[in-house]
Amino acid sequence: MRSQNEFSYGGDATVKRPELNKDISDQEWNDFVYNRKSLRGKHWELWQHLSGCRQWIKVERDTATHEIFNTLKANEDISQ
Amino acid sequence: MTQSFRLENVGLINRNKKISFKFNGKKYYGYEGDTLASALIANGVHLIGRSFKYHRPRGFFGAGVDEPYAIVQLYRNGETEPNIKATEQELFDGLVATSVNCWPSVKFDIGAINNFLKIFLPAGFYYKTFMWPKSFWYKVYEPFIRKAAGLGVASIKHDKERYEHKYEYCDLLIAGSGPSGLASAYAAAKNGARVILAEEKSRFGGTLLTSDVNIGNKSGKEWAEGIIAELTEMPNVTIKNRSQVFGYYDHNMLVMSERISDHLPKTKKFHPKQRLWYIRAKEVLISAGSIERPIVFGNNDTPGVMLSSAAKEYLKVYGVLVGKKPLIFTNNDSGYETAIEFKKNGIDPIILDTRENPQSEIVDDAKELGINIKFSYVVVAAQGYKKVKSADIAKISVNKEELGEIENIKCDCICVSGFWTPTIHLASQSGNKTKFNENIDAFVPGKSKQNETTLGAANGVYTLDETLKSSFETAHELSKKITNNDNKISFPNVIEKKSTTHDKFWCVPLPKGKNYKRFLDFQNDVAVSDIEIALKEGYRSIEHVKRYTTLGMATDQGKTSNLNGLQLVSKIENKVVPAVGHTTFRPPYSPVSIGAIVGREVGKHSKPTRKSPMHNWHEQNNAVFVDAGVWLRPRYYKIGDENLFEASKREAKNVRTNVGVCDVTTLGKIDIKGPDAGELLNRVYTNAWLKLPVGKARYGVMLREDGIVMDDGTTTRISENHYHMTTTTAQAANVLSHLEYYLQLVWPELNVNVVSTTEQWAGAAIAGPKSRDLLQKLFPSCDVSKEGLPFMGYMEGDLFGVKARIFRISFSGELAYEVNVESDNGNFMWEKIIEVGQAFKIQPYGTEALSTLRIEMGHVAGSELDGRTIPYDNSLEGLVSKKKDFIGKRSLTKEAFTAEDRQKVVGVVPLDKKTSIPEGSHLVKDSNAPLPNPKLGFISASCWSVEYDNPFSLAILKDGKNMIGKKLFVMSPLKNKVIPVEIVSSHYVDPKGERVRS
Repeated sequence: MRSQNEFSYGGDATVKRPELNKDISDQEWNDFVYNRKSLRGKHWELWQHLSGCRQWIKVERDTATHEIFNTLKANEDISQ
Repeated sequence: MTQSFRLENVGLINRNKKISFKFNGKKYYGYEGDTLASALIANGVHLIGRSFKYHRPRGFFGAGVDEPYAIVQLYRNGETEPNIKATEQELFDGLVATSVNCWPSVKFDIGAINNFLKIFLPAGFYYKTFMWPKSFWYKVYEPFIRKAAGLGVASIKHDKERYEHKYEYCDLLIAGSGPSGLASAYAAAKNGARVILAEEKSRFGGTLLTSDVNIGNKSGKEWAEGIIAELTEMPNVTIKNRSQVFGYYDHNMLVMSERISDHLPKTKKFHPKQRLWYIRAKEVLISAGSIERPIVFGNNDTPGVMLSSAAKEYLKVYGVLVGKKPLIFTNNDSGYETAIEFKKNGIDPIILDTRENPQSEIVDDAKELGINIKFSYVVVAAQGYKKVKSADIAKISVNKEELGEIENIKCDCICVSGFWTPTIHLASQSGNKTKFNENIDAFVPGKSKQNETTLGAANGVYTLDETLKSSFETAHELSKKITNNDNKISFPNVIEKKSTTHDKFWCVPLPKGKNYKRFLDFQNDVAVSDIEIALKEGYRSIEHVKRYTTLGMATDQGKTSNLNGLQLVSKIENKVVPAVGHTTFRPPYSPVSIGAIVGREVGKHSKPTRKSPMHNWHEQNNAVFVDAGVWLRPRYYKIGDENLFEASKREAKNVRTNVGVCDVTTLGKIDIKGPDAGELLNRVYTNAWLKLPVGKARYGVMLREDGIVMDDGTTTRISENHYHMTTTTAQAANVLSHLEYYLQLVWPELNVNVVSTTEQWAGAAIAGPKSRDLLQKLFPSCDVSKEGLPFMGYMEGDLFGVKARIFRISFSGELAYEVNVESDNGNFMWEKIIEVGQAFKIQPYGTEALSTLRIEMGHVAGSELDGRTIPYDNSLEGLVSKKKDFIGKRSLTKEAFTAEDRQKVVGVVPLDKKTSIPEGSHLVKDSNAPLPNPKLGFISASCWSVEYDNPFSLAILKDGKNMIGKKLFVMSPLKNKVIPVEIVSSHYVDPKGERVRS
C-alpha cells in the first residue's frame, strides 16, 4: 500500500479525448473540456503516481467515503 | 494560601512534591500529579473565567476532556498558548495561567452587562443584531466582539518547540484504557497481537481509578495497575498515556496526539513537545467510555455546579473536595457513589433523586450510611453569582411537570448526574451509522463501517462484568483472526454493585413567574430559550438549529450538551430523539495544536530547497537569493552598498553593452526519445515540428485543452530520434506530467519516452554583444561564427576537456547562447566562463536583471502566461499552426477567444518617464470616473528600462491591438497611485529582433 501523498489527482477517467483532426461540434468539444458530472458515490478517476513510478492509473473510488473498489493500468479499459 | 479543600491520605497525587503555580497573578500551591483544575479547587478557587456570550462567571464543570468552562491561557517557558483546559493541564512547577474571555478582569467583567441585556442577545444574535447598519460591522461590532469573545490569545512569536510525526502500524489499536481497554489489550497481547493502547489522561485505568469494584480479589485500581505492569513488559505492546486518538480516517488510519512535554516546565533537550501518530491498524477497539450528562435547571451554569462524576474524580484521584456542603442531584444510581465518597470523608451530602422509590444496593448503602436523601426532588435553580451559595429545590410530580413548594437549602456545590452518554465520536467518524438506545437515552454505534468495534461504556454497556467479558472475548476473537493463536486467558471474578434503572428526566421545568436561564451548551451559552426561539423561527433540521444557535459548536464540541439539545428539540417538535438525529461528529475529538499537525514541516523544512551546482559560487560572490518554486536563484549580486534596483540595473546594462552570465540550471529539461518524438511535439506544441532538422532548436508554445497557454520554451533536436525540451522553472513538473498523460492515456500508440533531466544538466546563459567573442575563447575548436552557429542553432563542444551542449537561444533579446554541461561539471563551467570572460568585462546577472531584459524586449513569461491568456493575448498567434491539429486547438475558435477587441499584451510608459508603475495596477480610461471604474487591463510586469533609462511595463490590455499610442491611466488603489501613461508596443527595445540574429 502506498501513501496518498505520492499520488496526484487527474480528473474523470471516463472522459475520452476526441481524435485529432476530427470535425466535431462545439457541444462535443465542450463536453470533453468542461462538462463533468459531480458524482456522489462510485467514480472512475485518473491518478498519477507522481512521487513514484509516474504511471497514470485508473481508480474506482467512492467520492463520499473515499473507499477504493478497483484500479486499472493506464492501458486497461473500464468495463461497466 | 493553604489548600483548605485538600483531604489527608486520599488520592493518587504525590504529597512529597509540592508545586507552586500562579493563576491570574496569585501564587498557589498544589502537588505533583494535580491538574491545574484540581490544584485550584484544592485552594478553593472556583471562578476561572467568563462565559462566551453573556460573560457569566464560570467555574469547573468536569474533570477532563469534556470540560466546557475552564479554558485558560497558559504560559510556559517563555511561550504562551490559548485554549488550554485546566482540567487536562497537568500542574508543573512555575506554571502560570490566566483567565480568558474576561476584560478587564475575571472578577469585574465589563461584558457581563450582556447578562442583563440578554433579551437582546437571543439565538442567532450575530446574524440578526450585527448586520445593520453595514458600516458598523468593521468599526464597532467586529472589534467589540473580538475583544469580548476571545478564547485566548495566540502567540505571535515563532514557536521554538519541536513537534514530530510518527507513522505506526499495529494489529489492534485500542483507544481508552478503562476496564474495556485494559481487558482487550491484555487479551489481544496475550494472544500475540501487536497492540497499541492509548490513554488520553496521564493515568491509565479510566473509571477503575474511582469506582468501588473488585476484580479477581483486587480493587479495580490494583487490577488496572497489574495489567499495565504486565503490558509494559511485553514486546508486542505499546502503551501510551497523555495520548488522544482524535481522528478516525479512511482505510483504518487513525491519528493520535501524544502530549510528551506539556506537563513539564520545559521540554527536555532533543525531546519534542508533542508527537502526532499516524496509525494504521488492522482492527480498532474503541473503549472511550462515556461522559456523564447534566440535568438542565435554572442557573445551572453557576460555578460550583458540576458533574457528579467529576466531583468523585477530584475526590478520589486528587484528594480534593469540590465543596464542603455538597448537594447531589441525580436521576440514577451514579450520584450515590459520589455521595458515599463524600460521606466516607466526613462530609454530609444531601441527595436529591428525581426517582420516586429506587430500589438498589447502592441506594440501600446510602440509606445505611445515614445520608439525607430526598426522593422525587429536583433542583429548580442554583443561587449565588460567582459561586453556588444555596439551591432552590422542590418536590416534583410523578408526571414531572408540576413543582411543589420551593424550598431554599444552603450548599456550596451541586453535583449533577443525568446518566451517561457513550463516547461514540470515533465510531461515527469511521462511518458507523449510530443507533438510538432507548434504555440509556443515548446513541450507540451501529453496524461497523470500517474495522472498528466499540466496547464497554462507549457501546452503552454500563456494568463492569459485561464490559470485561465482552472485551476479553472480542479482543481474543480479533487477535486470533490476525495471529492464528488461541491463547485464552481465564476470566477474573468481578464484584460490583448492581444498579437499577435511571429516570429519563433531563430538564427541570421553570417555576411560575421565574425566568431562569437554563443552559444546554455551557461553553457557547446556549440556553433552552434559544433553542425554543430557533424552532419558533422555523429551523427544523438539527444541523440548522446547531448552526443558528451555536449549540455544540464550541471547542468542547458539545460533549456535555448534544443529547440534552436533542431531547429539547424532539420534545418541542413532538418527535422521538432518533427521528431528530444527531449532528455529524468530525475530527478532532478535542482540540489539537497547530504545531502538532504541522510537525517538522516548518520554515525551510516545509519543502525541499533545490540549489544549482553553482550555488556556492553565487554565495561567495554576494548573491542575494530569491525563491523560484523550490529553487533558490540569485536575484542579484551585490557590490558594496548597492540595493536591488541599483544592482539589477548595473547587471542588465552590462548585458546590453558587454556580456553577462546567468545561471539557468533551474529551467525544466525533459529528454524525449523515440521514433515518434517529433509527432508528439507536433501534437503538444501549437507550431509545426515535423520538419525541424537535427542540430536545430525551435521555440514552442503549448496549450491546455481549453486553449489557455500552459508553457513555452525551446526544444532542440539532438539527433534523429532524440529531442531536448526546456520548460519554465515553474511549470517543469506539470509539463512532464502533461506529456506522460498523453503518452500513457491518450496516444499510447506513440513510441516515445520522456524523462526529466533538469538535475542532470547545469546551464549558463551567456548574453550580450560580446558573447560570441567569449564563446569562441571558451570553445576554440568550434566554429561559433554567425554562419557556423546561426540563431536557433545547436552544437556540441569541448569546454577545456568537458563535454558541453551549446544552444544559440536568447531570452534577453541580445545575441546569446546557452551552455549546458553535466551537473557535476557545472561549477567548473561557471568558473571558466567568469575567468575567460574577464577580458570582455563579464558580470554575472540575477533574475531581476533577467526580468528587466525580457520585459523591455517584450518577451512574455510567467506573469503574462498566467493561466488566463491564449496565444493571441501574448502576441504569439504567429506560432499557431492553421494546418495541423494540436492540444487545445479546437478551443481557440471559441467566440470569446476570437473577439475583435480581445485583450493583448502591450507596453506601458509613464508620461513623466519617471514614475515607476506598480505591478498588478489597473489600466483605466478616466481616473476620475465613479467607482467601479471600468478596468481595461492590468500591469503584468514592470521594470526600469536600461536601454531608455525610464520605467517600462507590460500590460494585458483589452483591444490592445488598437490601443498603441493611446493615453490611459494606471491606478493602484493599494498604493494609492494614479499615473498617466502612454500605450506603446510591447517590443520596446529592438522591435525587429536584429540583435538576437546578429
